[in-house]
Amino acid sequence: MSATAAAMTMASPSKQRRIEERPEVVIRFAGDSGDGMQLAGTQFSNVSAVVGNDISTLPDFPAEIRAPAGSLAGVSGYQIHFSSYDIYTPGDRVHALVAMNPAALKTNIKDLEEGGILIVNSDAFTTSDLQKAGYKTNPLEDGSLKKYRLVAVPITKLNREALSDLKLSPREVDRCRNFFVLGLVYWLYERPLEPTLRWIKEKFARNPAVMEANIRALKAGYSYGETLEELPVQYRVPKAKIPPGRYRKITGNEATALGLVTAAQLAGKTLVYCSYPITPASDILHTLAEMRRYGVLTIQAEDEIAAVGAAIGASFGGALGVTGTSGPGLCLKSEAINLAVMAELPVVIIDVQRAGPSTGMPTKTEQADLLQALFGRNGESPVVVVAPASPAECFTMIIEAIRLAVSYMTPVFFMSDGYLANSAEPWPIPKVEQLPKIEIQHPTEPNEDGQFMPYKRDHRLVRPWALPGTPGLEHRIGGLEKEDVTGNVSYDPLNHEHMVRTRAQKVANIADEIPPLSVVGPETGDLLVISWGSTYGAIIAAVERAQRKGLSVACAQLRYLNPMPKNTGEVLRRYKRVLVPELNLGHLRLLLQGRYLVECIGLNKVQGRPFLVSEIEEKIHELLHV
Amino acid sequence: MPAASLPTLTPKDFASDQDVRWCPGCGDYSILAQMKKVCASLGIPRERFVFISGIGCSSRFPYYMNTYGFHTIHGRAPTFATGLKVARPDLLVWVITGDGDGLSIGGNHLLHALRRNVDIKIILFNNEIYGLTKGQYSPTSRLGTRTKSSPLGSFENPIRPITIALAAEATFVARTIDVDVNHLTETLRRAAFHKGSAFVEVYQNCKVFNDGVFEYTTDKEVKSDNVLYLEHGKPLIFGKNRDKGIRLNGLEPEVVELGKGVSVDDLIIHDEKAAEPTLAFVLSRMYYPQFPEPVGVFRAIERPTFEDLLNRQVEDAIKAKGRGKLEELFQSEDIWEVEEAEANGPTALD
Repeated sequence: MSATAAAMTMASPSKQRRIEERPEVVIRFAGDSGDGMQLAGTQFSNVSAVVGNDISTLPDFPAEIRAPAGSLAGVSGYQIHFSSYDIYTPGDRVHALVAMNPAALKTNIKDLEEGGILIVNSDAFTTSDLQKAGYKTNPLEDGSLKKYRLVAVPITKLNREALSDLKLSPREVDRCRNFFVLGLVYWLYERPLEPTLRWIKEKFARNPAVMEANIRALKAGYSYGETLEELPVQYRVPKAKIPPGRYRKITGNEATALGLVTAAQLAGKTLVYCSYPITPASDILHTLAEMRRYGVLTIQAEDEIAAVGAAIGASFGGALGVTGTSGPGLCLKSEAINLAVMAELPVVIIDVQRAGPSTGMPTKTEQADLLQALFGRNGESPVVVVAPASPAECFTMIIEAIRLAVSYMTPVFFMSDGYLANSAEPWPIPKVEQLPKIEIQHPTEPNEDGQFMPYKRDHRLVRPWALPGTPGLEHRIGGLEKEDVTGNVSYDPLNHEHMVRTRAQKVANIADEIPPLSVVGPETGDLLVISWGSTYGAIIAAVERAQRKGLSVACAQLRYLNPMPKNTGEVLRRYKRVLVPELNLGHLRLLLQGRYLVECIGLNKVQGRPFLVSEIEEKIHELLHV
Repeated sequence: MPAASLPTLTPKDFASDQDVRWCPGCGDYSILAQMKKVCASLGIPRERFVFISGIGCSSRFPYYMNTYGFHTIHGRAPTFATGLKVARPDLLVWVITGDGDGLSIGGNHLLHALRRNVDIKIILFNNEIYGLTKGQYSPTSRLGTRTKSSPLGSFENPIRPITIALAAEATFVARTIDVDVNHLTETLRRAAFHKGSAFVEVYQNCKVFNDGVFEYTTDKEVKSDNVLYLEHGKPLIFGKNRDKGIRLNGLEPEVVELGKGVSVDDLIIHDEKAAEPTLAFVLSRMYYPQFPEPVGVFRAIERPTFEDLLNRQVEDAIKAKGRGKLEELFQSEDIWEVEEAEANGPTALD
């Protein structure tokens, strides 16, 4: 009798399980980098989405590719928030934690709520692994975990038993432990096995032994749940109320890449994406490099400067030049971006922000590049800055970034961050035919008395995008100050002032067409919480909670940081107080106070982690004396 | 490129209306004049030419050409040119750079443009000095060069542009001299017709800050003893009386006099098409006064270009699986349907 069959037998139907309903659950899979926790987490979130929950996920992995096994530095985690209602974040407190080794336990236990379920692989709590994690005594035995519902499972042993008759190396067998634990968690939360079984069959189609092993491990883990004395309960999270339609799960980086391909098609242009590998932006390059079939050209440049240079060169030639990077790379791109400001060429710069300064914490999130994007270049250098609020919104906002760049002949910054890049949420798949086209016109005829004037502007102050190869429109552009209209090099003092002001006004004019700032909540009141970028989820969740408590609080999300919506100052003045939560020391606060002379209160966090909903909520309560 | 209906172009057609602002006597004037002549002779419509430059005296070049032009930032011209050529393979893209722009601040980009074999023509005006910043030593300045920033003489070993280009796997590498008008014209023309990255070093005199540094190659009295004209398939012979040659002694070149037991058959035969750049490298290491300095084409081989390979991947991918549609792309991951009737969860929670 195989171990699987044994487990099946043990799961006798005579034991009646209690089923409890939960509106939402946050679980986290944590283990060594080699334990396959990202995969387990991804599978769990996919299944949860498919069964109709709302989901939000956040992976947390180390910067080291392979830190020593069992070390604290090598712990990799994946958090999933799934619910029966609309959620905005991957969750604050963890309800159930899977810890595959002592290091994973040590680094994650602080986030588990009191009374939370703690599933550990007890086989991994050996003296040497305990030492590597810095435990003097075994936490499974010393009573230090008594606040939690500890479920110690000899996962290694059970998994080996389940796979004992397969012709696989011990290493290959142990690699299936993630599916064993995934099976156990599926049982605990009543998830169906089928989607994951399908995935395994597809993924390992060419390796039947490994396929069989993973299937067995998953089923064995599931069956084992039935026998658990420590957990005489299963949890049910009902379906969420989600607008009808077709959905998929999407991360911010995926949505950004898809948005770029879409924008290129909407504009009838070739996308030329130029990038130098950098965490956490590289996935955009990887995704686009696979899209040759969609006509996408990618250049892995020799450095950050070359990447932005090639993007601008492509734009000069009439393609959609885009470059993607993170903070340290952005520093290097400044001079070239300034050239695009001066020459007035379209280019989109994606900054997937990470914790800085310098190399900082490459895999951790932060929002501390905003002022760099706005001001990090010499001279008066106006640029457009937009920021998506959620992973799925990266899709629409990158299309908007492209549209503004080509429509106004200007560099546009797209401020994503490590959290948006890697976390995922459901994405309602758009109908291609309903997406608005991006209109672009290239002149073919001279625009003044038979001559072509490259800096003769339209009513919005935008210059023509004349392409090399067009007969009769030959002209030169560059980084030297140029005479208005003709574009000839000019050192004339009054011309320079005129050009500086014209370039600034052109960008300012964009405020005429962007949507006004809207608020969620009362139009006037005691408190406005205003934010930008990835903090949106935690903030709206906290504000909605406060509103349900009857507090007079609203929130507003700035998706356009430069120019800002025209009514921004007016909105700020409608509230008694203004709170600006940011993952930096006050970039937006400085801008709002400077531009609108409204006092703003900062809530600032720089820990490489997103805000918890509770952190925002506590601050709201503090300010409103609740 | 179709030239059938093309009106005949003259060098004048390539002159922009801008005043040329190089110092009187600058070698750049000659290069500009020959470039206009070459462009007019290629049978390519004017609108297809693009000149891209970085920063420095030479980099003002695009302003003086009545073509498309982009005066970019210091050292980075090859990056803009790469992006442009990838997006627009139909254009003839020239990069104008100098020894500071191309080999100091922009050294990295030069290497990679050549390595990738992007179909751009890089003309490096080497005057062994920073001119626009008013006279500091450059990465090609000879040992001992006294400048404002090296008043006691430069002690940095200079870099050899041709050697660098060869090391970077360039498919076309040549050298010429600003005032050697015919040779300059012919070299630029060959660069223009090369499919792939072409690198041309031009010895260029800076009248103000480094005057006469290449005089040994231009002075009528001595130049034939100091310049070796490379010709494919021909032995390396030089000298006023064409009585000297270059022979290999082991791995080292040596100057020999013809006659006295040495015949033409003993000399190196130039082979610009050699698959390995070994000979070209040896030639690139020959420097005055021990050797005559070679000018002409060191290397000219064929290799697929960057933009062709990239665009071919697109064509092949489309051929194999059809042109991608957004609808498919959006649904390339697991998808699920949410139907109206199913939704039953609470809307708000605390």
